[in-house]
Amino acid sequence: MKTSLTALAIILTAVPSMAAEIWVTNEKDDTISVIDVDSLEVTRTIPTGERPRGIIFSHDYSVVYICASDSDAVQVMDPETGKILHDLPSGEDPEQFVLHPDNRHLYIANEDDAITTVVDTQTRKVVAQISVGVEPEGMAVSPDGKVAITTSETTNMAHWIDTSTQKLFANTLVDSRPRHAEFVKDGAEMWVSSEIGGTITVFDASTQAEKGKIEFEVQGVHPDRVQPVGFEFTNGDTHAFVALGPSNHVAVVNADTYEVEDYILVGRRVWHMAFSPDKSLLFTTNGVSGDVTVIDVAAREAIKSIKVGRFPWGAALRP
Amino acid sequence: MFKTCLVTLGLTAAFAAQVVHATEIAVTYLRAEQIAPPVLSNLHPDPDDLGIAGAQVGLQDNATTGAFLGQTYTLTVTSVEPGGDVLGAARAALAASPFLVLDAPADTISAIAALPDAADAILFNAKAPDPVLRGTECHANLLHTIASTSMRTDALMQVLVNKRWTDIAAIAGTHETDLAYFNALDRSARKFGLKLGEPKTWAFDADMRRAASVEVPLFTQDLGDYDVLLVADEIGDFGEYILYNTWRPRPVAGSVGLSPRTWSPALEQWGAVQLQGRFRDVAGRDMLSEDYAAWIAVRSIGEAVTRTGSGEAAVLRDYMLSDKFRLDGFKGRPLSYRNWNGQLRQPMPVVHPRALVAITPLDGFLHRVNELDTLGMDEPESDCTAFAE
Repeated sequence: MKTSLTALAIILTAVPSMAAEIWVTNEKDDTISVIDVDSLEVTRTIPTGERPRGIIFSHDYSVVYICASDSDAVQVMDPETGKILHDLPSGEDPEQFVLHPDNRHLYIANEDDAITTVVDTQTRKVVAQISVGVEPEGMAVSPDGKVAITTSETTNMAHWIDTSTQKLFANTLVDSRPRHAEFVKDGAEMWVSSEIGGTITVFDASTQAEKGKIEFEVQGVHPDRVQPVGFEFTNGDTHAFVALGPSNHVAVVNADTYEVEDYILVGRRVWHMAFSPDKSLLFTTNGVSGDVTVIDVAAREAIKSIKVGRFPWGAALRP
Repeated sequence: MFKTCLVTLGLTAAFAAQVVHATEIAVTYLRAEQIAPPVLSNLHPDPDDLGIAGAQVGLQDNATTGAFLGQTYTLTVTSVEPGGDVLGAARAALAASPFLVLDAPADTISAIAALPDAADAILFNAKAPDPVLRGTECHANLLHTIASTSMRTDALMQVLVNKRWTDIAAIAGTHETDLAYFNALDRSARKFGLKLGEPKTWAFDADMRRAASVEVPLFTQDLGDYDVLLVADEIGDFGEYILYNTWRPRPVAGSVGLSPRTWSPALEQWGAVQLQGRFRDVAGRDMLSEDYAAWIAVRSIGEAVTRTGSGEAAVLRDYMLSDKFRLDGFKGRPLSYRNWNGQLRQPMPVVHPRALVAITPLDGFLHRVNELDTLGMDEPESDCTAFAE
């Protein structure tokens, strides 16, 4: 009896370190589904606070941060055990966040309060709160750490934050309901998706001037339902994969010409996504169908869908 | 005569990097108080600030955005008692600002829109569902944010078709709004290939709180068999007592039960939960259709000001009626105005009190231009000519 128990324990503890994982937050199950990148199966389901959405690993992957929106907290979890280590003060209704390159400061969008909160993860204290537009959501930080971005869904702006002063230095209009922001090409460009506007606006990050606009057209889908939300870049930032919400497609955008090259059919209401370590596979969260689509990046094809919890939202890689 | 209160939200624009012009936008919410008809159930009176609270949340949303652009917004609420001088109040408001949100019956709204003082104004009907205001009595200066009765009944019929509940029985009250609603149901049924017979008329004056369980089964016994029972009770008189008291165990829809609405507290998708939360913080109650209509009227002004950088009514009207106007109304699609009658084009939720059942237009109800125009009076059938020039 004793020996078999020990053997079981060894297997259990060994599982998490075997392969890379994709962590998916399930907004309406209050859980995280952990997907094994090799087997493409859910290997663990971990309980969280209420309505988990944004999810980020620390740069050394020692902890994972989770926006538990309806618990009004950012939870800090040990990814090995799935135990909540402690909560961080986050302001009300944290939805998305971004970890500064210093691996210490979290910039958090407080959707109900029109505020961006900056939290020091070491002292567990709020460093600054910055008034932004109504319903802040998308968050980004430049690779050099000097600029943070908050997008506000009802004000329809990208707010540019100087991280040395924690003050706004520019506010730029984008199309309706901006959802996600990313710096690309070593921080030369900043992209913002607009869900209701149906576009991605590309900014020159040094001047905050609009440099281009990407539009989408999915055959057989009314333009009103083509709603860009999350997006991620392939190796070398040559292409962006863009989740198009209720059109149930992911677009492949050439990041130099801003032309859409392909549309890939995925699950229903696709939100966010994460790559495998070598970026050969992409995992998209499909809110309505409650699954994750696995895309072969080179072939630009969906190869599998994996059932997770209810309303999967955020996704993050644990290599 | 009338009470006026002014709410100003001029947040400092200290951090505005891209100041357009210092623009001040004054909006008046003008209410003609109406006396509600007597009803059997007194449990659900309209809130005193119905509509007004929606305008206040819209003002806050505009003001936050305006702070980044050097634009300030004010809201003046004027409420005229029954029998008071509404047109006088409207003239006074128009002398101060061309932006009016109207909470009044259809004939009053039409009279205000016809005032010479209102010729260059932008008026929003946030209350009256009457199709005639979008038809023969439409006005080029009048936009409608509350859904028309026909938009609601079209939404319901799409759901019935989709569910194949095609054998329909109906009960209608005797109030003129009940009959108007039934007529709209009848028109919508024909539009989507269904048929409504004559409704059974509810003209009882017994107190149903005592006797519903006895009266309604008998009243509905001779309806024969049917898939769904439609109830036209727009004043909220007897409808609630029909549910679960019918002779046959059948779903109830229309004014009660499965119900099409401009807005519902049951909406949570498409970011709606955030709007519901903001509204509850201000009003301390749930957001209703009239609140939503007032909110989106004020937001329409804000969105047009943000995008054009102008405070001129003519510039804003042109923008609102153009293809460029894509307003986020927390219903999952961009909203816009029909440039043939001024009605806000919007998805229509069909709900029960605690949850969304369907959001229309449903898949499969196609339109050559925009599926949202399967709801309500479409361009070819519109009697409105005021927008033609």
